[in-house]
Amino acid sequence: MGFATLKIAIRALKRNFLRSILTMLGIIIGVAAVISGVSLGTGAKAQVEKSVASMGQNILTVFSGNMQRGGFGRGMGSTPNLTREDYEALRREITGVAGVSPEVRTFATVAFGSANQQTQVLGVGEDYVMARSWPFRSGQNFTDSDVRSGNKVCLLGTTASKTLFGEGADPVGQIVRIKGGPYQVMGLLESKGANTFGSDQDDIVLVPWTSAQKRLTGDTMFRSFTVSAESPGAMTDVQNQITELLRQRHKIVPPREDDFTVRNQQELADFATQTSRVMTVVISAIAGISLLVGGIGIMNIMLVSVTERTREIGIRLAVGGRGSDVMWQFLAEAILLSLAGGALGIAIGIWASKIITELSAFPTLVSPTSIVIAFSVSAAIGIVFGFFPALKAARLDPIEALRYE
Amino acid sequence: MIEPVIQLQDFRKTYHSGEVEVHAVRGVNLTIQAGEFIAIMGASGSGKSTMMNTIGCLDRPTAGKYLLDGVDVGGLNRNELAALRNMKLGFVFQGFNLLARTSAVENVELPMFYARPGLSGREQRRRALASLELVGLGKRTDHTPSQLSGGQQQRVAIARALVNNPKVLLADEPTGNLDSRTSIEIMGIFQQLNDQGMTVVMVTHELDIAHYCRRVVVMRDGLIRSDEPVTNRLIGSTQLALLDAEQKAVQLTA
Repeated sequence: MGFATLKIAIRALKRNFLRSILTMLGIIIGVAAVISGVSLGTGAKAQVEKSVASMGQNILTVFSGNMQRGGFGRGMGSTPNLTREDYEALRREITGVAGVSPEVRTFATVAFGSANQQTQVLGVGEDYVMARSWPFRSGQNFTDSDVRSGNKVCLLGTTASKTLFGEGADPVGQIVRIKGGPYQVMGLLESKGANTFGSDQDDIVLVPWTSAQKRLTGDTMFRSFTVSAESPGAMTDVQNQITELLRQRHKIVPPREDDFTVRNQQELADFATQTSRVMTVVISAIAGISLLVGGIGIMNIMLVSVTERTREIGIRLAVGGRGSDVMWQFLAEAILLSLAGGALGIAIGIWASKIITELSAFPTLVSPTSIVIAFSVSAAIGIVFGFFPALKAARLDPIEALRYE
Repeated sequence: MIEPVIQLQDFRKTYHSGEVEVHAVRGVNLTIQAGEFIAIMGASGSGKSTMMNTIGCLDRPTAGKYLLDGVDVGGLNRNELAALRNMKLGFVFQGFNLLARTSAVENVELPMFYARPGLSGREQRRRALASLELVGLGKRTDHTPSQLSGGQQQRVAIARALVNNPKVLLADEPTGNLDSRTSIEIMGIFQQLNDQGMTVVMVTHELDIAHYCRRVVVMRDGLIRSDEPVTNRLIGSTQLALLDAEQKAVQLTA
């Protein structure tokens, strides 16, 4: 097969232009679905990875309740059962830990002057900001003595600061009111963006956990602790130590189930990527079916084409064309059809990905690998589904073919 | 002695159509020397088309031997037959059999497309144009078959048959779809090619067309009934001149 064969194939396809386009449609849709589906998946994965990194270094989270059994939601909703003594024991007895902080989550009205807003207020220890590798834009962290004495001090996230003080203002030294009580702003944190589940991590006010319990929630138990290990390699060991310690302290002996859960960063990220993975699988399945149907469409049209051009095949055979020459001619047409469909599909897929991002703010990332794969798959479809019609053409008897009306 | 171009020895061809065996050709001996101009005549079912298909290497004998230019065709496979058709034979059909929507010159180039070793595109074009010139169609070479008359289409077909310098030109009812004047023109071209040394084998059922050849073989029921040289041979150019004179006379009297 050479350039001349290709030229003949292009001419034959141009002759039935509309038919060629319609034949390509299955391949176009299939490839476009693959490209946009994979780009959705990769985009979601990239975003999750970014937000996992924004959680901090080597983070472990201890939740009250057992999440193995009921999934994520159940753990979140269970009664808090982590105590102040648990927290102190963790600080005291676990080795290889860079920082430990309890978390007291609540929503409260935060006000400055006439501006006020319902915002997430998080009671934490002095290690929290460091553990989450959260730098300061201005000011500084509250101290361990602030935590011990339950002082009325706070740190602001960028979004919270913006609503209260306006864009670009430095709130450090100002007094804000949280649930009516006055708190001095010690520091302004850098922006961290959205977290793994899509909510804004900067719309937050951090206060010492002691103050949060005493003045905001009235609780004495904790829902969760944040622990940061010294190194990635220490995480498993730290996770095991925490589990061991809390079992001891909560007097849990098998077969009783743990009443707490220790999760590391990766597990959280995996949970978050599950949704996008399901989506990718569904889209890939649709794409696969569409490619199969597209391939059958190509085979169908090539069979019609062979029948229509029986006389032409007869002429070609009569003047000395070999079966293999005729076969290549039809195979070239089929491959060209599917490759053109693939190329169009790739273009449409890239375009669709852009549209998805613009309209729904879903992150998409077109991966070069998916383009290469889509292109090879469409070539393969051309070969596989073009082969039978081409073989049929090649095996025609020249006398019969010449007589065909 | 010079080797004959075509040699059929006790050639037989049997078809199986369902349960019935059809003996299309039942033992034919035929020798055609280089430079001959031979017409094979016969009614339909006489076996002349079957014989032509075999001579054209589109089919193989059931029994007997067929030697084309000294090569035993019976033992060749599909690809070897294709190569023989490409290099040694040129076909002209009743229905012209040109590729539709393809220009005259590209139709003529078709056999060279399958020639091994291949020629450059420029050389193919040069030869195709020369071949068209030879059959008197130097102009209109970029016209498609639908833009050409029947006679012109048959000239393109002849040019295509000649383009690979074959040993034998095979014509199957070449004038069957043409009016009488165009038929004479086409026969004139065959005569002219034969005068230049080309071997021409033609199938026809028209006796007056056969008179332009040098030798006539008549077939009936799968056997050769007669094989004689043409005595009162017609010449294409003379007949055309006669036809013109006749028409002039008709116009004068009218």
